[in-house]
Amino acid sequence: MADDLSLQGRTTILSLPKNRTPAIEVEDLNLWYGKFQALHEVDLVIKSGIVTALIGPSGCGKSTLLRSCNRINERLGYVTTTGSIKVLGHDIYGDDASQIQVRRNVGMVFQRPNPLPLSIRDNVLFGHRLHAERRANRSDEDAMVEQALREVLLWDRVKDRLQHKATGLSLEEQQKLCIARLLPTKPTVLLMDEPCSALDPEATSAVEDLIWDLRGHYSILIVTHNMAQARRASDECVFMLMGRVVEHTATERMFVSPQKQETSDYIEGRFG
Amino acid sequence: MSAPRNPSTNPSTDPGADPGTDREAHANDATAGHQIFAATAREGASLRRQQAIRGLFLLTTLLLVLPVLAILGKLAIEGGPALTWEFFTEEPRNGMKDGGIFPALIGTIWLTAGALGVAVPLGVAAAIYLSEYASDNWLTRTINLAIVNLAGVPSIVHALFGVGAFVHFMAFGTSILAASCTLAVMTLPVVIVSTRESLQAVPRAFREACWSLGATRWQTIWRVVLPNSGSGILTGVILVVSRAVGETAPIMFTGAAFFVPFLPQSVFDQTMALSLHLYNVSTQVNLDDQHKHLPFAVALTLILVVLAMNALAIWFRMKLRGRKKW
Repeated sequence: MADDLSLQGRTTILSLPKNRTPAIEVEDLNLWYGKFQALHEVDLVIKSGIVTALIGPSGCGKSTLLRSCNRINERLGYVTTTGSIKVLGHDIYGDDASQIQVRRNVGMVFQRPNPLPLSIRDNVLFGHRLHAERRANRSDEDAMVEQALREVLLWDRVKDRLQHKATGLSLEEQQKLCIARLLPTKPTVLLMDEPCSALDPEATSAVEDLIWDLRGHYSILIVTHNMAQARRASDECVFMLMGRVVEHTATERMFVSPQKQETSDYIEGRFG
Repeated sequence: MSAPRNPSTNPSTDPGADPGTDREAHANDATAGHQIFAATAREGASLRRQQAIRGLFLLTTLLLVLPVLAILGKLAIEGGPALTWEFFTEEPRNGMKDGGIFPALIGTIWLTAGALGVAVPLGVAAAIYLSEYASDNWLTRTINLAIVNLAGVPSIVHALFGVGAFVHFMAFGTSILAASCTLAVMTLPVVIVSTRESLQAVPRAFREACWSLGATRWQTIWRVVLPNSGSGILTGVILVVSRAVGETAPIMFTGAAFFVPFLPQSVFDQTMALSLHLYNVSTQVNLDDQHKHLPFAVALTLILVVLAMNALAIWFRMKLRGRKKW
């Protein structure tokens, strides 16, 4: 843990240095799937080094917003975007921005764990090998694997079977591996699209603990359907509705004294 | 139903009556020996019809198997005894009547290998483009339509196309090369369709995992998509082999000959081929009773080669499938 952080438990607020560049700045973002407008004039500043949760009912655009942040939406040919998204102050949709470097810096974890059908070791090294000029030597690779797996609290469980297929792991381990896989390319932002929705309660809690552990090292943006999870495992909360951001405050504040009527209606379960 | 009803439970006369009595009456019905779930007469009839229809379909299916068994049986009985070591390793002699089929076997191997060499790289590349790169526009749709139509072109038309395109226009002459190219054009749709299908069977989650790590399209294809669709592609390839082995029309004008006294030395030579040899010994050669088994033996060889190829395809599929886990 870096010196400028003090982290003792979930209730603690991270004390991060002031005036850090925001992790993500979204300005006037509009997005269309064909003719359907999924995001309307989204303005949002995601602070660096904390966990921010995106909540809202199905179809409100939270996953779309998340997927815009590493340009993975572009694989769908019919998406049009206006406005800008800056990561660490740099426009990721700018002419000089490469999609590949954006994705390398902004890692993504999906709803269903999606390890590749390779060994655990090869999964962890996959991203790094894509970008390395030439293959690192074996001991460097070993060190990288160990460090990544230690960071996701998986090392002790899998260190003796690094050559086994990753698809044979439990779902919880698979999801942790998917997070570990992002780390060797040294990302700054981690996007997570309902990372626990395929997991049982125990595994969910383990992955949440891990997310909380990674806080401070990475800026984390997490989409969740699970209100309790947002409350437990985020510093700030963004509530979205019909493609717009309705409210963005500290998590505690949002759940205790929401400012907007729609927010309190949603949080109290009156719709969604 | 015949259980006596208590008049006091009739709702029209006594709406406030205890409903429990009514329920009791029904309970009595069941316990009185009436099986309430017994089949009605109507149901019995429909059950019998059901069985009759089932029997009909079974019969149809068995009828389908019959020709296969008949063909294999007839060939095995008539041609089987002629399949000797000499039959496979000797040249035909005495106006095709004696000797073996060695040059035809070798020629078929040349032709098939040539067809594969052309069809597989082209077909796999086209399938990768169509599955991984092409967006859904008029061009892609036109190409797909062309592929479907190519698959439906009769083989004799392919043969004449081959004469025009490869023998004359490309000036390959009547040669193994021209015949292989013709076979390749004919089998391309199979390669493309089977490859495209196996590429598309690779789960989207794998691609997303790659993209989210910053892989380019080609890196995704090379490192994840192709290694996981190998079994499907291979099966397609082997099916092409069995098709190419059996075709006669496309090769008879473009590169295969009635009799060639030497084995092919290069792709510019003409050659004999099993399928054409079968056609020749059945129709072009006067066989006396002593040599009557000859066409059967050649046909049996041809069928065995095709069956072996198909078996190989199935085996590969099972072997590679077993490795997959997702």
